[in-house]
Amino acid sequence: MIAEYWTFIVIAVAGFLATDIWRWLGVFTGNRLNEDSEALYWVRAVATSLVMAVTAKLIVFPNGTLAGTPLWLRVGAAGIGFAVFVATGRKVGVGVAVPMALLVAGIWWGGF
Amino acid sequence: MSPVSDDRNALSWFFTGMRGLLSLPALILLTSIVGFSAFALESGLTRAEAVFMSLAIWALPAQVILVGSMASGANIAACFLAVTLSSIRMMPMVASVVPEMRTRRTPIWLLLILSHFIAITSWVFAITTLRNVPREYRAVYFAGFGVTLTLTGTLVVGVFYDIVSGFPPTVAGVLFFLTPVYFNASIWASAHQPVVKIAFVMGVILGPTLALVTPQFDVLCAGVGGGTVAYLIDRARRKKKHVGQGAGR
Repeated sequence: MIAEYWTFIVIAVAGFLATDIWRWLGVFTGNRLNEDSEALYWVRAVATSLVMAVTAKLIVFPNGTLAGTPLWLRVGAAGIGFAVFVATGRKVGVGVAVPMALLVAGIWWGGF
Repeated sequence: MSPVSDDRNALSWFFTGMRGLLSLPALILLTSIVGFSAFALESGLTRAEAVFMSLAIWALPAQVILVGSMASGANIAACFLAVTLSSIRMMPMVASVVPEMRTRRTPIWLLLILSHFIAITSWVFAITTLRNVPREYRAVYFAGFGVTLTLTGTLVVGVFYDIVSGFPPTVAGVLFFLTPVYFNASIWASAHQPVVKIAFVMGVILGPTLALVTPQFDVLCAGVGGGTVAYLIDRARRKKKHVGQGAGR
């Protein structure tokens, strides 16, 4: 009986609880911060750095099929795409379309 | 204002939040979730387990780590440790959104429930759009987006569970690239304060670098270290500006 539901128990404990305790701590911390406090500046900076570290890792060390493409192609596509995005007035659509097009073109011609 | 019109306003803000489901970020996330459902199938999770996991965790990196740990035969304590270490970032993410989302009267239980729906995509959604919503409707507006996105994402896991393995692998790889390039553009576009831009650059540089040095704690170190350095640089910049203005008067 327990064996049948064991995976669900693992997901509830090692998944739900393991992630949501940090969300709850975030609520208690954030609830004490004022919107223009010095502490919130720091928390915002930490949150942004964390998310960007995860993001950059997805490009540099990807999982699955993308891992078979060369690093220079992924970093080049993301970097040039980002430069075009900043230079053309920061339209998110441009920031997504240009790197994607560069990646697809690279895979197409490079045959990766 | 009568309570009736208040109710209608709240409901209409809920629907406005819901409409965020048709935005680029939500569609990109739903595409990445298709990739997760294939990974869950390959790793031996049943459809029901994959659906339950999506709803219970609602954070793709943590889900991937848990599936990976379970597939490698790790026990529940080891799984817990791996997932919880990767999820520490939730705390500053939630803490940075809460002051913008609540009013003085927002009950804490509501914030605790809403916090479950904060993951990277909804965090970006919150920091990008909350400021355009009247404060008293921000929580209900975020609920409209967050709850709908989570339920839709979970539905996608259930529906695509055994469909996606038929896709050509290159398509899956290219789709995987959508998520990071979208975050690059949207977080930079929503950065109104210099401190956020400095922290952005810090994270991009330190994330992959520290992954080579300390693979277990790379994201945490990059976040706390990079964020703190960014904060200090910004504070020095603000002080200098302040002093400069004072001398000019």
